[in-house]
Amino acid sequence: MKFKPLEILTHIILILGVLLMVLPIWFSFATSTHDNVSIMTEGMKFFLGESFTHNYNEVLNEKGGWSEEVTAARMFVNSFIMALGIATLKVVISAMSAYALVYFRFKLAVPIFWLIFITLLVPLEVRIFPSYKIVSDLGLTNTYTGLILPLVASATATFFFRQFYKTIPDELLESAKLDGANSWRFFIDFLLPLSKTMLAAMFIFMFVYGYSQYLWPLIMTTDEKYWTVVMGMKIIFTENYEGVALPRTGERFAYIILSMLPPVLVVVILQRWFIKGLIQTEK
Amino acid sequence: MSFLELQNITKIYPNGTKAVNETSLNIENGEFVVFVGPSGCGKSTLLRMIAGLEDITNGEISLDGNIINKIDPSERDVAMVFQNYALYPHMSVFNNMAYGLKNRGISKEEINNKVNDVAKLLEIDQLLTRKPSMLSGGQRQRVAMGRAIVRNPKIFLFDEPLSNLDAKLRNQMRLEIKRLQRQMGVTSIFVTHDQTEAMTLGDRIVVINNGVVEQVGTPKEIYSKPNTKFVAEFIGSPQMNLFNCKIENGIAHIADMKINLNNSTNIDDATLGIRPDDILISDNGKHSCVANLVEYLGSDMIIYSKIGDQEFSCKLSSKINLNAGDTFKFEISGTSVHLFDNTTGSRV
Repeated sequence: MKFKPLEILTHIILILGVLLMVLPIWFSFATSTHDNVSIMTEGMKFFLGESFTHNYNEVLNEKGGWSEEVTAARMFVNSFIMALGIATLKVVISAMSAYALVYFRFKLAVPIFWLIFITLLVPLEVRIFPSYKIVSDLGLTNTYTGLILPLVASATATFFFRQFYKTIPDELLESAKLDGANSWRFFIDFLLPLSKTMLAAMFIFMFVYGYSQYLWPLIMTTDEKYWTVVMGMKIIFTENYEGVALPRTGERFAYIILSMLPPVLVVVILQRWFIKGLIQTEK
Repeated sequence: MSFLELQNITKIYPNGTKAVNETSLNIENGEFVVFVGPSGCGKSTLLRMIAGLEDITNGEISLDGNIINKIDPSERDVAMVFQNYALYPHMSVFNNMAYGLKNRGISKEEINNKVNDVAKLLEIDQLLTRKPSMLSGGQRQRVAMGRAIVRNPKIFLFDEPLSNLDAKLRNQMRLEIKRLQRQMGVTSIFVTHDQTEAMTLGDRIVVINNGVVEQVGTPKEIYSKPNTKFVAEFIGSPQMNLFNCKIENGIAHIADMKINLNNSTNIDDATLGIRPDDILISDNGKHSCVANLVEYLGSDMIIYSKIGDQEFSCKLSSKINLNAGDTFKFEISGTSVHLFDNTTGSRV
C-alpha cells in the first residue's frame, strides 16, 4: 500500500492530536498506581506501579474533611445526583419551553425568547450572591434541591431545541392533528422521538456542565455530606498527617482519574444514540 | 340537504389577503370533486378550511348535517393526504397507519386487522415494518393513502398528492386513486393545478380563480361549455384560442376574417374562443394562413399561426403533410365557437 505525502502528514497530525489528549491522562493514571515515596523522588510515571489497589482503596474509603466524616465515594454520589438532576431538568425544561415558543402562538413569544436568550450573558457566577440569598432564604442550603434548582434553566438548550423544532415541517403537525393528537401527544409522540439525537447531545453537555460545577456547591454547602467531587479535589488528601510531610500524590491522582469516570461513562453510553441519529437521517 | 355544504365561505388572512371569497358549494355523498385552479387561487385554503386546519373568517361549513366550523380537526372525521405525504418519519409504516386509530382508543386487535386489510388493498403489506425513509416515492404515496383509508373517514381530502411523483407514476397513481374511490364510495375532494388530473378524476370539477368559483360542472360540461374566459383558457390542452373580435349581426370580425355565427348577436368588444382541434383543415377551407411553427407530437401535430396580429394554434392528425412556412386552408364552424363578452368576461 502506498501513501500519498498529504495522507502521511494528516495522519501524523491526527496521531499527535490523539497523543496530546491521551498522554496526560495516561501519565495521571500511571502515576496513580505508584506509592508516594517513589513519586516524590522520581516524579511523574509513565509505567504502571504496584500500589493500584492501595491507592484506590484509600481514596474511596478514607474519611476526610474537617470532621473526618466524608468519603470520596460519598462525594461521587453527590456529584452524580447533582449532575443528573441538572442535566435531566435542563433538557426537560428547555425542550418544553422551546415547544411553547415554537408551536403556541402567544403574544410576546419573540420578546420572551430573546429574554431567555440574553440570560446567556448572565452565568451563575455573575448572579451568585442573589442566587445564594434566595436559596438560603428558602432554607435550601445543604440540600440537593439547593444544589440543582438554580441551574436548571438553560438558554442554550432552549435555543437549540427551538431551532430544531422550526425545521420540522408544518404538515407533520397538521397530519398529527387530523389523527387526533393533542398538544401533549404531539410533544410526546413526535417531537421527543424526532429529537432523540438532540436530547442525547444536550444531556451529555449538561451532565458535564453540572458535574464540573465548582463555585456554586462551594458556596452552597457547609455540611460536608453535600460536598462534590470537584470541590473535593481541592480539599481532600492535602492535609499533612502529624508531622509526616509527604504529599499524598498517588491518592490524589487516583482521585482525579476516578473523578473523570462518570462523564466518560455518560458519553460512552449515550453516544450510541448519538451516532444512530447521525446515520439515519429521518426528516 | 347535501352531504357537505359550504355557504358563503370567506377567508381573510391576518395580513389582509383575501384567499377565498364568498364561496358556496354543495357536495353529495360519494362524489369525487376536484378543485382546480392556478397556484395561489385559494383552492388549498378552501380544502384546509374543510379539514379544520384554517379558521373560517366568514360563512358556514356543514358536514353530514352538522355545522363543523368550530369542531376540532380530529373530530371532524376527515382524512387528508398531503402534498409531501407528511408521513411520520420515526414510525414504521404500520404505526403510521395505526396512529390515528390508537388515539381513538380502538383495540389492538381491531387496529391490526384494519391496518392489514388496508395494506393488502394497497399492496403495501410487505412494507409494514419499514420506516418511511426506506420507501420509494410511490410507496410513500400509498402509505399516505393507507393512513387516510384506514380511519374510514366521512371525507377524503387530497392536497395535490401527485405533484411529487414522476410522470409515469403519476398516471398510475391517478388511476389507482380513482379505482379506490369508486370501490369505497367515500366522498372525496382532490385539489390540483393539473387540468388532466382534474378532468380524469372528477365526477365534478370546481374551477377556482382568485378565491372565486368560476364554474362547477362535470368534466364534459366544463370542457364543452366553459362559463367564463378564464375557464375556457384554463381547461383543455393545448389551450383554447381566444381572439378579440367585433360581432355585428351574427358575424364575427377577426382582422379581415369573417366567421358566420348563424345568429343575430351584436357585441362591440367580444372574445371568440375556438379549441385547436375544432379548427378544420381542408383544401376547400375559406380561410388561409401561413404555418409559422409545426410541433410534431407523434399521432398529432400542432400548428402555430397568426390571424392579423393574433396568434393561434390548431391541432390535427400528423398524417397530413404540412411543414413550417407552408400555407394551409382551414374552416371555422360557427357552431363550435365559444363567445365571451369582454366587459363581463362571461359566456354569451
